[in-house]
Amino acid sequence: AMEDVCAKFVSQKISKARWRPLPVAALQPPDVFATGSWDNEDNRISIWSVGDLGSVGLNGEYQGEPQLLCDIRHNGDVMDMQFLDQERIVVASSTGAVTVFRHHQNNQTLSANQRWEKAHYHVDQDTSCGGAACTGVICNNPEIVTVGEDGRINLFRADQKDAVRTIDNADSSTLHAVTFLRTTEILTVNSIGQLKIWDLRQQRNEPSQIFSLTGDRVPLHCVDRHPNQQHIVATGGQDGMLSIWDIRQGTMPVSLLNAHEAEMWEVHFHPSSPDHLFTCSEDGSLWHWDTSTDISEKPSFLHQGGRSTTYLSHNTINQSVVSAWLSNDPTKDRMEITNLIPNQTLSVNTLDILGPCLVYGTDAEAIYVNRQLLA
Amino acid sequence: AAVPSQVVPGADPSARQLCFAWGPAEVLVCETLFGSRGGFLSRGDSGSGWRLLPGALTGCVAGTGEGGPSSSRLFVVRRDQDIYIQTLRKLFNESHGIFIGLQRSEEELAGKSRKAQLVQVSKNYRSVIRACMEDMHQAAISTRDPALHSQYSTQVSILSAMELIWNLCEILFVEAAAAGPLLLRLLDWVRLHVCDVDNMVREVLSSENPSKHELFWNVVDIFVLQGRMDEARHLLSKEASANPTSVNMYKILDDLMKKMPVPSLGNTQTLTEMELKWQHWHEECQRYLQDGTFASNSHMESICKILLGDEDAILEKKELMTTWYHFLVTRLLYSHPTVKPMELRMDLFLGGESGPEPLDTILMAAFEFEMHQVIKECSIALSNWWFVAHLTDLLDHCKLLQSHNLYFGSNMREFLLLEYASGLFSHHSLWQLGVDYFDHCPEYGRVYLELHIERIPLNTEQKALKVLRICEQRQMHEQVRSICKIMAMKALRNNRLGSALSWSIRAKDAAFATLISDRFLKDYCERGCFSDLDLIDNLGPSMLLSDRLTFLGKYREFHRLYGEKRFSEAAKLLLMLMTAHIAPCSFWMTLLTDALPLLEQKEVIFSAEQTYELMRCLEDLTAGKSDKQKLQDDDVETMKVEMLRLALARNLARVIVKEGTLEGS
Repeated sequence: AMEDVCAKFVSQKISKARWRPLPVAALQPPDVFATGSWDNEDNRISIWSVGDLGSVGLNGEYQGEPQLLCDIRHNGDVMDMQFLDQERIVVASSTGAVTVFRHHQNNQTLSANQRWEKAHYHVDQDTSCGGAACTGVICNNPEIVTVGEDGRINLFRADQKDAVRTIDNADSSTLHAVTFLRTTEILTVNSIGQLKIWDLRQQRNEPSQIFSLTGDRVPLHCVDRHPNQQHIVATGGQDGMLSIWDIRQGTMPVSLLNAHEAEMWEVHFHPSSPDHLFTCSEDGSLWHWDTSTDISEKPSFLHQGGRSTTYLSHNTINQSVVSAWLSNDPTKDRMEITNLIPNQTLSVNTLDILGPCLVYGTDAEAIYVNRQLLA
Repeated sequence: AAVPSQVVPGADPSARQLCFAWGPAEVLVCETLFGSRGGFLSRGDSGSGWRLLPGALTGCVAGTGEGGPSSSRLFVVRRDQDIYIQTLRKLFNESHGIFIGLQRSEEELAGKSRKAQLVQVSKNYRSVIRACMEDMHQAAISTRDPALHSQYSTQVSILSAMELIWNLCEILFVEAAAAGPLLLRLLDWVRLHVCDVDNMVREVLSSENPSKHELFWNVVDIFVLQGRMDEARHLLSKEASANPTSVNMYKILDDLMKKMPVPSLGNTQTLTEMELKWQHWHEECQRYLQDGTFASNSHMESICKILLGDEDAILEKKELMTTWYHFLVTRLLYSHPTVKPMELRMDLFLGGESGPEPLDTILMAAFEFEMHQVIKECSIALSNWWFVAHLTDLLDHCKLLQSHNLYFGSNMREFLLLEYASGLFSHHSLWQLGVDYFDHCPEYGRVYLELHIERIPLNTEQKALKVLRICEQRQMHEQVRSICKIMAMKALRNNRLGSALSWSIRAKDAAFATLISDRFLKDYCERGCFSDLDLIDNLGPSMLLSDRLTFLGKYREFHRLYGEKRFSEAAKLLLMLMTAHIAPCSFWMTLLTDALPLLEQKEVIFSAEQTYELMRCLEDLTAGKSDKQKLQDDDVETMKVEMLRLALARNLARVIVKEGTLEGS
């Protein structure tokens, strides 16, 4: 429900928001997240805490509102951001640099721990080097993979000065996002509607598999992999379409779902309840896709909110493995989709979901936290 | 003069003539070589140039070259200084949402519900101002830098004045409170904004024995002056219990205060009823005063006089009211509680020896229902366009400003929105907010947006995509093309042919796609292999964008077929590229050369007919050249042609034999 959402205007456009990962076997919900800004003269990485829910602080302020713990200047737009572990955050910059920041929790400060200055760069006709925006980063401690507008893929190892592996000109178009498929394989999406698998063990500088949208080759902007069933991959495109791919078969998406009206900037499976998926878009909306509901039991949902709650039919082909995302079983062949932002205006650039908690950031310079989304 | 002159700090129009150049959001001002004598710019009669500058334009100076009198300086004068204040970004962003909500709101809602909706919008705006004020106040408290502290404090007082003005406009214009409720609203307004006495009230109330406090009567007076009768009576009852001798006197005053008729907010009583009751009560107060009931206690006597609306008695408490508008409302409360909106102006008085402050002028204009004057004065006094733009828009939605058109064609609402949005666009980060404001300016919004959007620096592809989305949603084809072209050129410069091509495909820019295809083909001719195969192999329908792109895709397909040893398909495609004129003539020689290995395969691939066609292609190519050109062609070229002729002749011989044999058998 919307009343559980806390908003805070932060005087900077938010490009990325990420929950700090929880320690193994933690019982508490996440309470600290990081944000990065873009398009400011002075961009920042900030760490926020959301205290106990509902309790009132000393000055009478509502504690649910995120409180700034510390922040640090960041050179260039924050293009992507991932926690490497509980203390370190890897940040991709529009300058082409990749920086590891350390959050010192004892004295609430941030410091730059390590930096690869020209991780991504262009070699122009005069062979001088200019930075190229690093568009995506993904971590699997200690490994860090980055992709960029230069079509380059870098594999770094934290605490190691030089790149472990670099694939120059891996893609002739812009790479928009990257994620791990398995420990040695990565997935990338690019600006001509392709999804590629790269096996980092192989010395060949070519993808091991290429998947592609048919028709108009709409650019893909984001990618996420199902946390339990690794063959299921979701991507989001420039036209706001959500594509579900089964990378075991075919070269085309298994289903295409009409979603947003503009660029889908992020897509995330819920890490522990992967029947739920979240997407956000330039059109200012954030959608919750729920395949866990059995429609036959609650058919009355339809009239609730006009456009905000709708059921879409899967456009699927026959699947052998039963997964809500690939299934075409007619009774389960539907999903409930809810727009979590009713009065949308400016772009929702980022979202992150962990446990019952959702955080998202917008171009309207606000961050929103919902701590009871999947409670 | 409509707008008083503004002098840019540091610039001295009395010493030198200034010249200026308009930018979209800034004015460049520079000192010229000319002295002031012959000039028309001087401090005294402000030059025509200055009169053109909008009122809210405040100097933000980036002077270059400090020093001697001969040094010339350049000033950048920003249109809207407050845009650059970090804390105010919250105000801009949050009010943007309210603004959009108002534009989308249902105009169809009739009468009361529409008014309630508009009042709610007004309250939302005010709560954003207040929230911002809180933040600014916190910032002022927490900073240790005295300069910052005073800067924040100034902002707090500006925001507070903005809220004060807005609130009054809300009562008088948006809600347009009728006689009766009007006074109650004005009282609320005074209570909310006259905070100077709050500390005194708090001190007295929290003391151990309030009635013994030296400021006790001051606080009672404050309550009475603000019409807070219950609180005043509560305090008085404490004093009464401490003075058993005069308990009767207290009781009478308490009774008068209790019985004071109050206008009702609902429709429970008519104005006439209220006025009758008031008359009756007034006479009762008068009686007690005249028979000397309170003669023994000057405090209570003065309260009774206040209740009677005695101007002198009220003026005596000047210090407790701190502002003239408090006095105005208090006097109305006790002399004319059923004041009608239009009677307010007659109740205004212009006191004070010194000239009125801008805030006073604005509030007085509001009390006089001079809406346009309010907006004009605010434009002059405030260093931002935010306030007037949003207030005017709201008043316009209340249908209060329709008749007012400016001489240059657009109305005041639009003019102010355009100014505000232009200011947003001059900001490196807030420009996105400006788009929606331009959208709601029917006359010039589109033109402004087109002019401004082209100036947004596109430092990353992601930002370019966001700008592009704005343009595409509004069918701004010209801007879409130009953005894609800029991005394609950038990519080309960085040797990112693939990216360059996808940008020109997005803009459906055939000419540029051709240019890039030529680069690919040139690279191929030089290196003998294709770069960016992942792209060329996946062109899909976008291949049809330009002929050259089609050729590139098809030519690459020929190579694939050849590589897969599907020779006859490859041969057919190769020939088709020439006969259907898909290949540019300059590329025919390369294609014919590509045919050589096919001609020399063990197996015959080209049919007789196809061979004739190849021959015709070769002859067309060579015949097309003048003799002079032929002479200039190097030996390699001549040899190539000879080799081709030979190969074609041999192939023809083989195919005649083969086809003859096949027919014969």
